[in-house]
Amino acid sequence: MKLHEFQAKSILASYGIPVPKGAVASTLKEAEDLFHRLGGGRAVLKAQVHVGGRGKAGGVKRVGTREEFLDAAFDLIGKRLVTAQTGPQGVIARRILVEQETPIAKEFYLGIVIDRSLSLPVVLASATGGVDIEEIAKRDPSALLKEAMDPRSGPTPSQSKGVARHLGLVSSLEGPFHSLLSLLSNIFFEKDLSLLEINPFVLTQANTLVALDCKMSVDDNALFRHPELATLRDREEEHPKELLAQEVGISYIPLDGNIGCLVNGAGLAMATMDVIKLYGGSPANFLDVGGGADQHQVREAFKILLSDEKIKAVLVNIFGGIMKCDVIAQGILGALKEAPLRVPLVVRLEGTNVEIGKKIIAESGLKIIPADTMDDAAMKVVRAAKGDGK
Amino acid sequence: MSILVNKNTRVIVQGITGNAGRFHTQKMLEYGTQVVGGVTPGKGGTTCEGAPVFNTVQEAVQQTGADASVIFVPAQSCLEAIRESAAGGIRLIVCITEGIPTLDMIRVKEELKPKRVRLIGPNCPGLVTPDACKIGIMPGYIHKKGSIGVLSRSGTLTYEAVWQLTKLGLGQSTCIGIGGDPVLGSDFVDLLKLFAKDDETEALLLIGEIGGMAEEEATRFIQAEFRKPVAAFIAGRTAPPGKRMGHAGAIIAGSTGTAEEKIATLRAGGVLVAESPGHIGQTVSQLLKKSCR
Repeated sequence: MKLHEFQAKSILASYGIPVPKGAVASTLKEAEDLFHRLGGGRAVLKAQVHVGGRGKAGGVKRVGTREEFLDAAFDLIGKRLVTAQTGPQGVIARRILVEQETPIAKEFYLGIVIDRSLSLPVVLASATGGVDIEEIAKRDPSALLKEAMDPRSGPTPSQSKGVARHLGLVSSLEGPFHSLLSLLSNIFFEKDLSLLEINPFVLTQANTLVALDCKMSVDDNALFRHPELATLRDREEEHPKELLAQEVGISYIPLDGNIGCLVNGAGLAMATMDVIKLYGGSPANFLDVGGGADQHQVREAFKILLSDEKIKAVLVNIFGGIMKCDVIAQGILGALKEAPLRVPLVVRLEGTNVEIGKKIIAESGLKIIPADTMDDAAMKVVRAAKGDGK
Repeated sequence: MSILVNKNTRVIVQGITGNAGRFHTQKMLEYGTQVVGGVTPGKGGTTCEGAPVFNTVQEAVQQTGADASVIFVPAQSCLEAIRESAAGGIRLIVCITEGIPTLDMIRVKEELKPKRVRLIGPNCPGLVTPDACKIGIMPGYIHKKGSIGVLSRSGTLTYEAVWQLTKLGLGQSTCIGIGGDPVLGSDFVDLLKLFAKDDETEALLLIGEIGGMAEEEATRFIQAEFRKPVAAFIAGRTAPPGKRMGHAGAIIAGSTGTAEEKIATLRAGGVLVAESPGHIGQTVSQLLKKSCR
C-alpha cells in the first residue's frame, strides 16, 4: 500500500526527522489560507498522487508571490496530471501539499528497500539526488552505495559513517546523520515498510539535513498490525475493479487487450496471458481466482471480468488440483445463469475429475467452446476474439 | 535417493485442526505420507484424522520422533510457528501459509541461519517425492516416480507442468514449490545444490516468473557447477511493470525482473526454455534427447 507524500512526511515528523513546514489542501480556499499561515513567502506546491514522474509532468510548482501561488494552486487542485507512469488518461490530483521553500545547498538520494537476494533491508545512497534512482544505477552503478542492515540492530555507527562519507557530508554532520539514518531504520521496521525513499534528501544552506520528499510503501501483509496505517489507504487512487476483486479474495489487474482470462493460481494466470499473446491475441486482464477457488469466487470473477466493455472473448483455464473440475464447471454454469454471456467462451479444464467437469459443460446446452491443452485453448480464444470462431 | 523427503520422513502438521490443516492432513495420509501428529495449542490430547494432537511442537517431536513439519497456521502467527518448529528440533519446515509480512520472514531467516534447519516457503504448495512422501497441498495423482527434479515459484502452474511430464511418461525425483513471496526460506540455488548431489535426479525443470533475480542467480549457479541438463519456463512475459501479479514477489520493479531478461539469461546459460506453457513437458523431452546424444 502506497502512502501519499503528506502522509509519509507526517510519519517522518512524528519520529523527529526534519521536513519542510507545510500542510495539505484540497480546495483553493484552503490552499490560500495555508499560504498565509506559512508566512506568505516563497512556497512549493506539490500534487499528491501515488504515481511517480510527478515533477517532470508539472506536478510540482515553486512560487514567490500570492498571485503566482494562486495560479499554481488553480493549475493543480482537481486537475488531471499525466506523467510517464500514468498512461494518457492521467490521474486527478485531489490534494496538494503546500510547503515553505527550503534553501538547498546539496541534494542526495537516500532510501531503504528490501534486497530480495540478500533477504535483508538495504540502505541505498547516492550523492546525486532528485533524479530517478534507476537512472543513477544505470548511468553509474558505483554512484549508488548499498549497505545491508541487520534487522535486529539497524545501521551501525560505522555503517552510517560510510554512507555519510559516500554522500560527501562533512565530518561534523556524521553524528546527526547517524541519528537520522537510525530513525529512518526504526520507521522502516516499526511501520513494516517495503519502501522508504527520500529523494531528495537535502543539506540546507543553513547546514541542516531535511527530507524534502518522501515515498513510503507499507507491506500489505502487515497491515493487520497497523490499524493506524490501514486508515491511510486512499481508495480513490486504486482501480475500482481491483478493489472489488480484493474484497472477494481474487486478484484482478485490468490490461489493454480484448481477451478476458479467468485462471486459478497466479503463475498459471500469467502463463495463460503469455500463451494468448504467443498466438497473436491480447489479454484484457490478469485474473487469479486463487489456487482453491470456490463457486462463489468463480461467479464474482465472471462478473468483474464481463464488466469490461472491451472484451471480445473469454478464456477460462483451470487446473483443478484439490478443487475438483466438476465443482468449477458448476461454478461456471451458475455464473452464466446470473450474467448471460455476450461473447464466446472457451473453457479448458484439467486435473481432478476433469471428465465429469467436461461432461457438465458439454451437456449444459450453453455455447461453450471446450479446449484440451493450453495451446489449444489459446488458439481457439484468439480465433473467437477475431470473430472467426464458430 | 530424492532430496529432503523420502518414505521415512515423519511429519507433523502445525494448525492441524483448522480447515486447511485437517483437509490436507487427510490428503497427505491418503498419499502415504507418514503424518505422525499435529500441533494446535489448547487441543493437546485429542486426535485429528487419526493423528495425535499436541499443544507444542516440542512435545510432538518428543512423542512422535517427527523430523519435518508443515505449517497451515494463519499468517499473523507464522513467525512464532516457524520459531517454535526450529526450536523444537524439526529439520525441515514447509510453510504453506500465504500473506506473511516480509519483515517477519527477514527476521526468522536471520534467526535460522546458525541452525541446521531448512525452511521451504512461505506461500508455497510444498514438496513431494512421488510414491514416497508428499508434504503440501498439491494433488498427489499428477506425480509419477522418476528422475526429473522440479523447482518452481508457482502452485497451479507447477501442477500443469508436472502433469505434462507425467503424461509424457517423464517421472519426477522430487518436486518443490519454493513459494511466491519476495523473501523465501530456500531459493533456487539452495535447492539446486541438493539436486546436484542427488543420484536419482538426471535433469531439472525450473519454473520461474517475473520479479527479483532468482532465475539469474540460478543461471549463474547452473553455469558454474550444476552438471545436469536444465529446462525452464518463465511466466509473465505479458505482465505490465509495477503491478503485483497475484504473488507478492511477482512484480517488475523499474526495468529489473522482466521475463524477457530472465529468458535471455537462462538461454545464455545453456538452459532450454519453453516458449509456451503448453510445451513444458515436450521441452523437457527434447532436453533429454539432446543430452543423450
